[in-house]
Amino acid sequence: MAHAQEVNLYTVREPGLVKPLAEAFTKKTGIKVNTVFMNDGLAERVEAEGARSPADVLMTVDIAKLVEIAEKGIAQPVSSPVLEAAVPAQLRDADKRWFALSLRARLIYVSKDRVKDTAMNYEDLADPKWKGKICIRSGQHSYNIALLSAYIAHHGEAAGEAWAKGVKANLARKATGGDREVARDILGNLCDIGVGNSYYVGLMRSGAGGPDQEKWGAAINVLLPTFKNGSTHVNASGAAVAKNAPNRDNAVKFMEFLVSDEGQKIYTEENFEYPVKAGAQMHPIIKAIGDLKPDALALSEIAKHRKAASLIMDRVGFDN
Amino acid sequence: MISLRTISARFANGTAGLPAVSLLVAALVAAPVISLAILAAKGSGDLWPHLAAYVLPQAISDTLLLLVGTGVLVIVIGTSAAWLVTAYEFPGRHFFQWALLLPLAMPTYIIAYAYLDLLHPIGPVQTALRAALGLSSPRDLILPDIRSMGGCILLFGFVLYPYVYFSTRAMFVMQMANLVEVGRTLGAGSLGIFLRVALPLARPAIAVGTSLALMDALNDIGASEFLGVRTMTVSIYSTWVNRSNLPGAAQIALIMLALVIALILIERFARRRQSYAGSTQRARRLVPERLRGVKALGAWLACALPIFIGFVAPALYLFVEALARLRFAGLSSSLLTQIGNTVLISALATIVSLALGLVLAFTARMMRNAVTDVILRVASLGYALPGTVLAIGLLGPLALMDDAIASVSELLTGRTTGLVMSASGVALIYAYVARFLTISTGNVESGLSRLSLSLDHAARTLGESAGGVSRRIHLPLISPALASAALLVFVDCMKELPATLLLRPLNFETLATHLYGEAARGTYEDGSIAALAIVLFGLLPMILLARTSRAPKKAGLHMPQREGVAHG
Repeated sequence: MAHAQEVNLYTVREPGLVKPLAEAFTKKTGIKVNTVFMNDGLAERVEAEGARSPADVLMTVDIAKLVEIAEKGIAQPVSSPVLEAAVPAQLRDADKRWFALSLRARLIYVSKDRVKDTAMNYEDLADPKWKGKICIRSGQHSYNIALLSAYIAHHGEAAGEAWAKGVKANLARKATGGDREVARDILGNLCDIGVGNSYYVGLMRSGAGGPDQEKWGAAINVLLPTFKNGSTHVNASGAAVAKNAPNRDNAVKFMEFLVSDEGQKIYTEENFEYPVKAGAQMHPIIKAIGDLKPDALALSEIAKHRKAASLIMDRVGFDN
Repeated sequence: MISLRTISARFANGTAGLPAVSLLVAALVAAPVISLAILAAKGSGDLWPHLAAYVLPQAISDTLLLLVGTGVLVIVIGTSAAWLVTAYEFPGRHFFQWALLLPLAMPTYIIAYAYLDLLHPIGPVQTALRAALGLSSPRDLILPDIRSMGGCILLFGFVLYPYVYFSTRAMFVMQMANLVEVGRTLGAGSLGIFLRVALPLARPAIAVGTSLALMDALNDIGASEFLGVRTMTVSIYSTWVNRSNLPGAAQIALIMLALVIALILIERFARRRQSYAGSTQRARRLVPERLRGVKALGAWLACALPIFIGFVAPALYLFVEALARLRFAGLSSSLLTQIGNTVLISALATIVSLALGLVLAFTARMMRNAVTDVILRVASLGYALPGTVLAIGLLGPLALMDDAIASVSELLTGRTTGLVMSASGVALIYAYVARFLTISTGNVESGLSRLSLSLDHAARTLGESAGGVSRRIHLPLISPALASAALLVFVDCMKELPATLLLRPLNFETLATHLYGEAARGTYEDGSIAALAIVLFGLLPMILLARTSRAPKKAGLHMPQREGVAHG
């Protein structure tokens, strides 16, 4: 099973991003990357496969998933000076079981034509002045659950529920679709402002998603919102080395490559993500959004509130 | 002794293995459900007060609305289209016979994406409409959003009606002639015959087709979630994914499964006293009545509309997008591999499903009793679960099988093995068969139900063995039903996504997973070539099927002149 020169990657990240990363890694090290791209259930599969699992690296998106991998006991601690130097402490597991590899900020898109505001807080989204003006994806989507979790971490559960209720009252349409639909619906005049991730701005504006999406991206101004304390909510993609990894050394090498300047550059160039590594290069479209001041709270702290956040979304009928 | 002799006689007939195989198949299909039940039992049940207070009221009403709306639409479209192409002759009829199946060839979520693109305020349809009306801003013309319950019902109705069309048409083709002609002689109008003769007779077929369509609608997560409809299935996901409560999610899934089973049983119970088998004599094809003028045009439109909405419009859109992409992105070099993987794995799963469907249906026909009935129902469970839930349920049984394989290997060779099931793709075939077996069993069963048992008895009296009856009488007579089953299962396997994503080996891409990868990145148009490839490879079997079913048929059941049946 364990050939010296390969590494098996289980990932929820799209092939469009993983492929360039894997190719660059193979080119550099000669280690072949075998991939299976999946969606929900990655952790369950690895858990069921048990000791015979071929998985070496588990790569996923969203803080909740990273924490879950650690909690399920399917990751092993990794002591790597390279990883520890590149990934700031609040962006990795205290017990070294997972490491963030790239960041995305939760932003506010506003109509270029109809909205004058140039700065907003997340708290403002619940302001009744936006009644009937906001577009957002499902409240149960992990990006919104993470945002509400961060809100709860800063303001408490009761305030979080009041906020979710306020945002719900302001919605222009059902909470559904993806983040890009927010920009499209702003262009289509269905709403004036909305919530979306940072890399979608790059995917739309760069033309990577085709000429239609370029128009959507051009219809919005992108605000870099903060909580009232002045920091922006970020979520992460990250990876762990599987507990039963047959190619453990290659797995660590692969993760170290992902946080190298070269790996980080691919994240930002292919998928318009923020690097985790301080000082690493950033795509010009993302740089133009402004100076990101990520929330100083540890990702694992925020993830603790996600069950409460999910229940709140149900209680306020966010998706109804 | 007598029983021993019976058993040995059955072995001689080659049918004794059937019940055993059926039992094994049912056990394999039940395995993921049992594994979910074990999971569910680990949960505390503390999520139910929350669900009851905040989620269920909305989710139940959304689910019911969606099912009732979709149900009405698929029955209306499916049965009327099937009746038109069977009972009437009009221009395009032969084309429509197979083209009405086309909406099945594309994944529902891709059709939902395409329709949002087409019908969005800034999409081509509304833009053209505004231009025609001389309006400039989308705000001047506010049309209903497709992202709504109504939009979702319409979409499901026009995409899923082929299930009903398919099963009902087979029924109409095979057994209606005499009754319809009696109706005509007695002076019943066309509509009267359709409503009072054809529909009541086709009820088992309508029930089969509609239940397939509704389970698809219920278990769908991609399209309905995208369109903003929150069914119970969405609650399963948020419980599992956001609250890390897989046991709770399994509890919801099992309760939904119980409800689905209850509905199916109620429908069967309601028609328990009715027999639908045709008479053994003179069963033959209905002679279609020629339509002219306005009536022919009406029939043409009634068949063309569902094909246009369910297939042509979204496929054309994808085609245009694919052309545009080809120009700047080129053809992916891995496309051929993906096509090969998709066709191979789908064909294997189809063959296995068909073989097992035959075994199950024959078992039930030969010994109709409570036990075989339960076996048959259990073997159909897979389709009643959302695909991801089934795949999660399969993880446990697959691990057990891999453990067993490793133990045997250690015993025999002293060497252990890796994950044979998932690494070889057998896990995928298992998942497809577990999921789609009901389609093949249902088709074979409903084909068999039209053959009167007196046929079997006559053949047995003439000395034919039970196996011989199946081979020489049943199989040839139900070959159209077999072809239909093969086609449906094959297309469904090609489109299958959640289990394929979760259970496939490393480096194994199918058209569906490639398409999903692009869609997840928000560039599903880039995947349109893969989507079109699914359509293309789904089309070929459809056209083949149309050709075989159009070939002139020997007059129905007059078979004695064929040697073998008579002398046995």
